[in-house]
Order: sequence, then C-alpha cells, then structure tokens
Amino acid sequence: MGGLRTAGDLVARMQLTRKMRLPEAKAYVAEKLGVTPADLSDPVVMSDVRRERGLGTIPTEDTASVADALAIEAKVNIARELDVPVRSVERFRALTGGR
Amino acid sequence: MDGPIPTRMGDGSLVRMTRAEIEAEILAGAEAGAKRAKVEPLGEDEVAHLVDIFASAARFSAVDIGDEVILSSDGVGSQDTGSRITDLQNYEQTVCTDTVELYHHDYSYKPIKPVLPFEQEIMRQTQLLLTVPVQYGAMPDLGRYTVPDGPIPNWSQLLPLGRIDEARAAQEEAVELAVDDIVYVAEGMYEAGADAINLDTAGAAGDADFLAALRAIERIRAKHPDWGIQIGMASEFVLGMHGELEYDGVRLAGLWPAGQMRLAAKAGASIFGPAINVNTGKTVAWNVARTCTIVKPCTDAAEIPVHLNGGMGVGGVPMHALPPVDAVSRASRACVDLLKIDGL
Repeated sequence: MGGLRTAGDLVARMQLTRKMRLPEAKAYVAEKLGVTPADLSDPVVMSDVRRERGLGTIPTEDTASVADALAIEAKVNIARELDVPVRSVERFRALTGGR
Repeated sequence: MDGPIPTRMGDGSLVRMTRAEIEAEILAGAEAGAKRAKVEPLGEDEVAHLVDIFASAARFSAVDIGDEVILSSDGVGSQDTGSRITDLQNYEQTVCTDTVELYHHDYSYKPIKPVLPFEQEIMRQTQLLLTVPVQYGAMPDLGRYTVPDGPIPNWSQLLPLGRIDEARAAQEEAVELAVDDIVYVAEGMYEAGADAINLDTAGAAGDADFLAALRAIERIRAKHPDWGIQIGMASEFVLGMHGELEYDGVRLAGLWPAGQMRLAAKAGASIFGPAINVNTGKTVAWNVARTCTIVKPCTDAAEIPVHLNGGMGVGGVPMHALPPVDAVSRASRACVDLLKIDGL
C-alpha cells in the first residue's frame, strides 16, 4: 500500500492487532481519518492527512519540519487517532510516567 | 499481441511464447494445482484474467488503483550497508513497505536466545526512530535442536534406519524445547516494544516444526491478546516427518493452506502466510496458476488476514537471488486479483 507515503502502516496495524481482513481494516482506518478507503493509498491525500493529524510522514529535505511528529511522537498520535494499541507507546508511557 | 511474448521460467530465465502457449501453461498449472491439492480448478474468467496479465509485454504489471494490499516483511535489508537500524529506516522511508522486520543473521529462535539482550536493545532504539510497525522475526527451525547442533537425537538419521519410534520421540522432545525458546524470545521482544513477532518458515522440518509454531503462538496469545503474531509457512504442504502429531484434534501431516490457516487462526495468529513452492522447470505463468488454485480455498475461508508469501521460489516468484520485476509484479498482481489476499 505504500507504507509511510500513504496509510499502509496504519492499515497494517489493524491487521496485526485486531486481525481485520483488508476491506475491514481499510474501512476502519478511513472512517477514523475522515477519508475514503480509496484515499488511503493516495500519497497526495495522505501526506496532508498525516501531517495534519501528526501521524508521521516521509521526512524529505524539501518538506521536513521539526513541527511534524515522527517516529515515537507519531505513534503516540496513531494510538490515539486509531484507538489501537501500540506497544512502543505503552512502553514509552510506562517508562516516562514518573516513579 | 500474437507474436512471441517475453515471459519467464521459474528459474527467472526469459523465454518467448505465443498467447496460446501462455494460455496452455496457465491451464496446465491450474490443473496441476487442483490435482495435487484436491481442490477446485480455476474458473474460465480467472484463467482469462491470468492470460491477460501474462500475455502482456510490459516490463511491469500492477493492480488497479485502490486495490493495493499490505506488504509485510520478513527480515529487511542486507545488514551490509550501514547499521541494522539504518536498514529498517531505508525500508520505511525509501522502499515504503507497510511493515519492517528486525532480524538476526542467524535467523532461528534457538541461536537468538543467548544474544536476546542485544537484540532487545536494537529493537528498543528502532522503536524510537521508526513510525511503521516493526516486528521481530526468526524461524522455529526444529532441526537446530538435533545432534550435532543440539541435544536431541537426529530423526533424519533415525528414520532411514527404521527407528521410527525413536525418531518420533526425538521430534516430540524437540517441540518442547523450541516452544520454550520461541516464547522466551517473543516475551523479550514484547518487553522491548516490538509491534509483532513473526514465526517464519513454520513447518520447514515437517509436522513437528509446525506444531512447535502453533503451540508457541498459543502461549504468546494467551499472555498478549492484542499483540501482533505473524506466521509464514515453509512450503505448501506439511510434511509428515512424524506423521501422528495433532493440534486441536487435527492431524498436521498432509495439511494444505486452508487447513494450515484454520489452525493458525485457532492458535491465535494475527496474520497467516501460505507458501506455494515454485517449480523452476515450469513457466511463471504455470506456477502462478498453480499457486492461485491451491491458495483459493484458503482465502475463501480465511478467518484472519492472509499474506501470501511472494518471494524467491514461492508464490510464483522465480527462484533467483534477483527475481526480475516483470515476473514479481505479474505474480503479485495475479494473486491479489484472483485471491483477494490481504497482503503479501
């Protein structure tokens, strides 16, 4: 599907954590992000959606900005926006929650 | 196009055939798959679609816009051009696969056990730097537990001597050790923040190898209900090296993809990956038709996502270290179009 260029990683998370088959996983992610399932594989649409929602994008030299969430920052947002467990986010919170 | 059309053999070599010859190859491959796996043959529309794909002279073939599937990965990167983390970042940002997989060069769970802390540290750092799901993968590789690499008598040596009971006992003992090792590594990776664990080439050593994978998945799932667990098979058919092993009352020896998938789902896997072996003496068209025929009952009945193994020597892709993109794209597209798979 194009991974970080589009929404492939997000759909993959629904397969891994919720065992959703592809049409269901696409429909779920599309509904959560306010786009159509067809939009999910369009890099032009998804780069804007991902940037606006802080879901991580390809950090090219022409478009990279430290104001954009990436990696663990983006995954915190992914877990919230998709209501999906992200193991590294759980771990991050557990280790930074204060002792 | 009526003239000779460039097409590939299962070893990757280029040949030229007419459209009629390609159609004959597809029909023969489908028939071979139906006969071997005792499943229904492909329908006329399906055959016609495969002919259209393979009778093209284009360098590349692709699914329609909007029909893209998930590309999950077993070990990504060569580990020869920078660090392992760099490899994964390249795959995320340049190759743009939908998931990536951290792996150890010695891609089996047994040898990973003594170096787990080092693997965990790489996974922890990777998780801070990547956005896409990062899983950890290795093979159950039951043979590793046999003499001289392990403590168990080697059943491959016992079987030709007719020492069947001893061979079976050895395999059963190896299963217990393998399950413990797989679960141990999986727990370590869960702790390190991995998004999933992958059991690759399950069944490579036969039915006992597949049983080890299923039991390990069951134990992992019991403890982690929401974690990703991917299982990929080694070959199309579970070989009965033991012959009498069962899971959930189902004998494992002789299982084809549909049966394999049901047990993987029962054990708790998130994603199941059938693997259909390539015959290098036949065309890619023949191999893909055979693949689609054998896998169709699996995807029709799928309870969990199915990611067909599509790579060197499986899923119709030529058995070559550098499989030509014309063959890979045709095989991938054909399988997505016909099987409605959830990924590759």
